Amino acid sequence: MRRIERCFERLASENRKALIPFVTAGDPQKEVTVPLMHDMVKAGADIIELGVPFSDPMADGPVIQLACERALAHNTSTRDILDMVKAFRQTDSETPVVLMGYLNPVEVMGYEAFARAAADAGVDGVLLVDLPPEEALEVKPVMDANGLDIIFLVAPTTSDARIKLIGEAGSGYLYYVSLKGVTGSAALNVDEVASRVETIRNLAKLPIGVGFGIKDAESAQAVSRVADGVVVGSALVNQIDKFQKEPAAISGAIGDILSAMRTAMDT
Amino acid sequence: MSERPDFSAFPDASGHFGPYGGCFVSETLMGALDELKAMYERLKDDPQFRADFDYDLAHYVGRPSPLYLAERWSKQVGGANIWLKREDLNHTGAHKVNNTIGQALLAKHMGKPRVIAETGAGQHGVATATVAARLGLKCQVYMGAEDVQRQKLNVYRMKLLGAEVIPVTSGSKTLKDAMNEAMRDWVTNVDDTFYIIGTVAGPHPYPQLVRDFQCIIGREAREQSLKQAGKLPDALVACVGGGSNAIGLFHPFLNDDGVAMYGVEAAGDGIDTGRHAAPLSAGRPGVLHGNRTYLMEDDNGQIIETHSVSAGLDYPGVGPEHSWLKDVGRVQYVAADDQEALSAFRELTRVEGIMPALESSHALAYAKKLAATMSPDQNIVVNLSGRGDKDILTVADIDGIEF
Ligand SMILES: Cc1ncc(COP(=O)(O)O)c(C=O)c1O
Repeated sequence: MRRIERCFERLASENRKALIPFVTAGDPQKEVTVPLMHDMVKAGADIIELGVPFSDPMADGPVIQLACERALAHNTSTRDILDMVKAFRQTDSETPVVLMGYLNPVEVMGYEAFARAAADAGVDGVLLVDLPPEEALEVKPVMDANGLDIIFLVAPTTSDARIKLIGEAGSGYLYYVSLKGVTGSAALNVDEVASRVETIRNLAKLPIGVGFGIKDAESAQAVSRVADGVVVGSALVNQIDKFQKEPAAISGAIGDILSAMRTAMDT
Repeated sequence: MSERPDFSAFPDASGHFGPYGGCFVSETLMGALDELKAMYERLKDDPQFRADFDYDLAHYVGRPSPLYLAERWSKQVGGANIWLKREDLNHTGAHKVNNTIGQALLAKHMGKPRVIAETGAGQHGVATATVAARLGLKCQVYMGAEDVQRQKLNVYRMKLLGAEVIPVTSGSKTLKDAMNEAMRDWVTNVDDTFYIIGTVAGPHPYPQLVRDFQCIIGREAREQSLKQAGKLPDALVACVGGGSNAIGLFHPFLNDDGVAMYGVEAAGDGIDTGRHAAPLSAGRPGVLHGNRTYLMEDDNGQIIETHSVSAGLDYPGVGPEHSWLKDVGRVQYVAADDQEALSAFRELTRVEGIMPALESSHALAYAKKLAATMSPDQNIVVNLSGRGDKDILTVADIDGIEF
């Protein structure tokens, strides 16, 4: 069984929900990322989404745009990020790692070369924001053959027919984007999310992670009541922004947010 | 030899031109693009829609634009006859308005009260603000902060037309970043907003519908050539930024085997310097802004900054149909650098009394070279995509003149 599936099964058996932090790799320095990944696990993270910086992050708001700029200022490359995952795996063989980003950095490596290198480094899945299932026909079997899950988004605007299609195309989990907008947008509406998640559950079999607009323990708790996983990104990346000049403080600040979320979600 | 494809049959149903094009956007936009596609499929052959479009082109834009034989310049160059397709005479001064008229009609049919656009030189922004004013639509235009500085005149024109210009400070602060920001706006306001893309790029169906609206250029030029020159032209030349004026001229001729075609990219300081905007000449395929196409990128797949004296060509990608036409060899893609474009700008102004846009000057620079290799019984049609008024301050600056 793949790591992501195993993770959701274990959590389900414990009647708990997945806490899924997102940070951009190499932000603000390459050395920060691997220790931060370990610290996030200690603070209660179940799965880590590691952002692959891109020069043109079309689906991201200002917070993650700046994270990409910081990471690219010292040329954080896809290969660097795979090295980070490899280093992380030396002492953590259980926490799933998902690379999240845009298609072009993958495309430039070539699907086969990327998938082999990613699997070899210990990556479990990829989420490419600008790759809907219709355009993934070529890359999907390549990811599959290398044991990598391909995680697709579902949006508030996604029709029922498309939810079905996405549910069949994806593996690992589905990522429900809780609002129309970019990352870091205004707060989500929990009732709306609850009703959409129920719709998705009826149409697709995969576990459902919800992201966009989850900022604190309260919103994490509310979403964990209806979804299988809670994704938190901009709220964490904000801390990296705040402490970019004193990176030693980053893990603590992010850990505090995650611990509070963990506690709220588990009670 | 392999059979020539029927160029009129592309894109395919999923928006691909061979391996290029497609629909690479975040899930939130898929519904809106499906809706746009369905609406366009329904309207594109609808007689009333076509009649409305043609009416606006005739009475608001001033079409057909003339096909003008640049007799004196042709003689000086000494070779083929150079004909200019006078898109510079359109209302607002460039070909861009052909497309904004069409998309604004679509916005109206879809009941969207708000339009947004990205712009580089400001020509597409002005053309969008213009149709928005006429239809009473709310209009916001995204423009890189660098370009807002470079193109002050057009920024003020847009404001006078009632549009709001939003400077974009992320990334390289130019056209590509303006397009990112417009996409972000669209994702957020997808219910009430129509995104008027300014060139044949973006996700399907944009490359198709922008092309279809711009094809009026080539259809007219074809008819005018037959009438005025008595035959089809031997060659077509157009500048390529995103590629809308070029595809508009080329497309109606693609199945005419005897017509050679040249797309001219911006070589900036020179292709060898790396400081240019010529993805077809010196880039490689990748995915940006919703489609697969030739791009200027580094080894890690990050998009790199472009350089050109002409803001309208300063874009690291190109419409996907051009990528395909390059690969199948139907169109030759070449480049002209800043100096060549500037000298063509001055030459046409002095010899013919026509001041071309700096973008169009790239096409003129190449046409001059090409004409010299051809004979006086041959004909070249150059797309004079816009007029140069907007560039006077840029040229004055290069000449060291301050006002
Ligand atoms: C006069 C003119 N020509 C050409 C272009 C380049 O665009 P495209 O390649 O889409 O025709 C522009 C863009 O601003 C323009 O203003």
